[in-house]
Amino acid sequence: MTMKSEPFVVNVGPQHPSTHGVFRLRLTMDGEKIIDAEMVVGYLHRSMEKLAEGRTYTQNIPFTDRLDYLSAMSNNLAYCMAVEKLVGIEVPERGQFLRVIMAEFQRIANHAMAISSFAMECGVWFTPLMWMFREREKILDLFEMTCGARLTTNYVRIGGVSFDIPPEFMPAARALLKEMPERIAEYEALLMENEIILARSRDIGVLPPDLAIAASISGPVLRGSGVMWDIRKADPYAAYDRLEFDIPVGTRGDCYDRFLVRMEELRQSVRILEQALDMLPGGPASVKVPLALRPPAGEAYARIEAPKGELGFYLVSDGSPHPHRFHIRSPSYINLTPLRDMVVGLTVPDAVITLGSIDIVLGEVDR
Amino acid sequence: MIFLAEWWDLRDLGNPVGKLLELLGDHGPDWLPYVVSAMVGSITIVVFLLVSLLAFAWVERRLLGRIQGRLGPNRVGPWGVFQSIADAIKFVTKEAITSRNVDRWMFWSAPVLVAVPVLVVFAVLPFGEGMVLADLNVGVLFVIAVGSVTAIPIFMAGWSSNNKFSLLGAMREVAMLISYELPQVLALLGVVVFAGTMRMSGIVGWQDEHNTWLIFLQPLAVLIYLIAGTVEINRTPTDIAEAESEIVAGYHTEYSGIKFGMFWLTEYFAGFAITAIIATVYLGGWTLWGLEEWVPGWIIFLAKLYGLFWLFIWMRGTLPRLRIDQLMGFAWKFLLPVALINIFVAGLEVLIWRENDLAAEVVLPGFAIANLVLAGVLIVVWGRFLGRARPSWRPARARLVKELGAVIYGQES
Repeated sequence: MTMKSEPFVVNVGPQHPSTHGVFRLRLTMDGEKIIDAEMVVGYLHRSMEKLAEGRTYTQNIPFTDRLDYLSAMSNNLAYCMAVEKLVGIEVPERGQFLRVIMAEFQRIANHAMAISSFAMECGVWFTPLMWMFREREKILDLFEMTCGARLTTNYVRIGGVSFDIPPEFMPAARALLKEMPERIAEYEALLMENEIILARSRDIGVLPPDLAIAASISGPVLRGSGVMWDIRKADPYAAYDRLEFDIPVGTRGDCYDRFLVRMEELRQSVRILEQALDMLPGGPASVKVPLALRPPAGEAYARIEAPKGELGFYLVSDGSPHPHRFHIRSPSYINLTPLRDMVVGLTVPDAVITLGSIDIVLGEVDR
Repeated sequence: MIFLAEWWDLRDLGNPVGKLLELLGDHGPDWLPYVVSAMVGSITIVVFLLVSLLAFAWVERRLLGRIQGRLGPNRVGPWGVFQSIADAIKFVTKEAITSRNVDRWMFWSAPVLVAVPVLVVFAVLPFGEGMVLADLNVGVLFVIAVGSVTAIPIFMAGWSSNNKFSLLGAMREVAMLISYELPQVLALLGVVVFAGTMRMSGIVGWQDEHNTWLIFLQPLAVLIYLIAGTVEINRTPTDIAEAESEIVAGYHTEYSGIKFGMFWLTEYFAGFAITAIIATVYLGGWTLWGLEEWVPGWIIFLAKLYGLFWLFIWMRGTLPRLRIDQLMGFAWKFLLPVALINIFVAGLEVLIWRENDLAAEVVLPGFAIANLVLAGVLIVVWGRFLGRARPSWRPARARLVKELGAVIYGQES
């Protein structure tokens, strides 16, 4: 006997505990099964790309903090690299290393958030979140002692960084890196060998590599699908070509693999940071750049491996102090595009953890 | 325990009550002692539950704070002990919103009705020797029957809220309660087979008499009952009916103020009920191998109850949540067959014992060891049978590579 049932719509968001902000997902359900998913974005649109056209190149740096507000350092870095490419500025070696150090600390902080919110979607009651926030807090303290801000750092500047690190930075950073492997082992003991997490996320939200490449997915989501790709190695920027690290890659492309990749990236970031702190050269951290910068007419695209994926800034200059065109290639938004293909055929709880495993920040999705 | 029957002998709280009833019987109308004894009993249970609730709402948050590496509430009073009182005041004074399109009668009555079954369960649970409101001879049956009534008010709440998330939560809750009722009943039946009685005080007496606890004779049943109980009280890892990352808050999405407070309070009460049943049935109730001669039995009982509740807090701080179909599959595919085998073995053991007229001191340790081995073997074998030990389920680290460009999708390491 088959029961005839009518499809019905479950509206997840924009105000829902697990949409990471104001993301809306209209799920058409046939009983428990999702037969269609429609993503509605734009609730947090701030017209950033247009606003940036009315401001000078330096004034635009604080805007980039507000894109992916969980990894402001990476956003600053990508934007400043684009401007430097446009003007042709060489950043001193110390500045390059400081950028790497900050970007990698930011990656740890971001992945702490990503992993713990993924675990929260799986239903853990705040424990991994609180554990990881303990380490994230220390990283934010490091940011604060360096540039005075914790979240919206506005640290990386055109031609270098805003401040050199203070004397107390090194001992604090080394102490944090010393305890990190132990902490990561703790997270793994809590989450990785957990039968329930395995049952919830194994073979759920599978993203095959051909679809991932076709949709130009990047970052841990792409690597979780088994594609060996990392801009830090493919197109090295800052000081990454002088540092030794491995790329973690998954083999099944499911939610659990994306989680594993992020876990391993924590270790790799610690490894990079240890080398970068050892190799940090002396000398000036920045070069002097005029405040009202007038780049020659032309265009430039610079990209970095942000914690969430490929973050790129495309700038067109007409020779004036303002960018003529300011485009952001945001990883959150592009990684979100195959969500429909990933969740159709699953149930609502699976859709929630699939969304959690992509790791989006709505500030970056909507800009 | 000898009944000294002095009213100040607090080892049995029945003594002062008995004295009071005696006085009333001597000087008042005939019906008065009956009414007063019922009222004293029920008020005691409600007061006990409310005090435990206030205490444990605080203890739970402090403990979770410790588990999570933070402090927990520490502002209201010393170490924040008055936090739960502040919360209670907040619940009472907040506006209880009734949205426009709800079924008003059901919407209002559900939070009141939901608290009734869990309160009634405590009527048959002995807090100490003779300290029981109604010593029914079908106590176990009563507990099971009353416990399953909770599904109705919860479904009323979900249905009347006129909200998809509420309805989904209520449906899940009802489905879960029905599924886990079976293993729960089968787990309790093993106890009844051994003790030969359904009277709660009789079960405690049997454990006292044979100097053992039924947890040793029925280790598998305890596990099954604990899991089923966790489902019934809706706490992680089985808080699916109100999974906040999926369906907002389940059946009480639309409730606020004291109406939500009633659901929240009922969940705690149900938790105390489950732990009280486990403490009575499997852990020897008020007895503790002779210590009850020195310490009041009700203190021993409460210590067991609170100790077990600590387990629920620990689980909440550690475990993620299962998906609804996985949880239901677990009930029907794993717990039910295992519970059936368990009860079959228990019956067989009792049959051997009774038919051959063996001495209890000889057979019970043997049964305990046999059942422990059986529990371990059954869990492993049935788990394998269901395919839980597939190699792909084992966690593997992400593969580390140095070069770029290749795709290793689908290659198992």
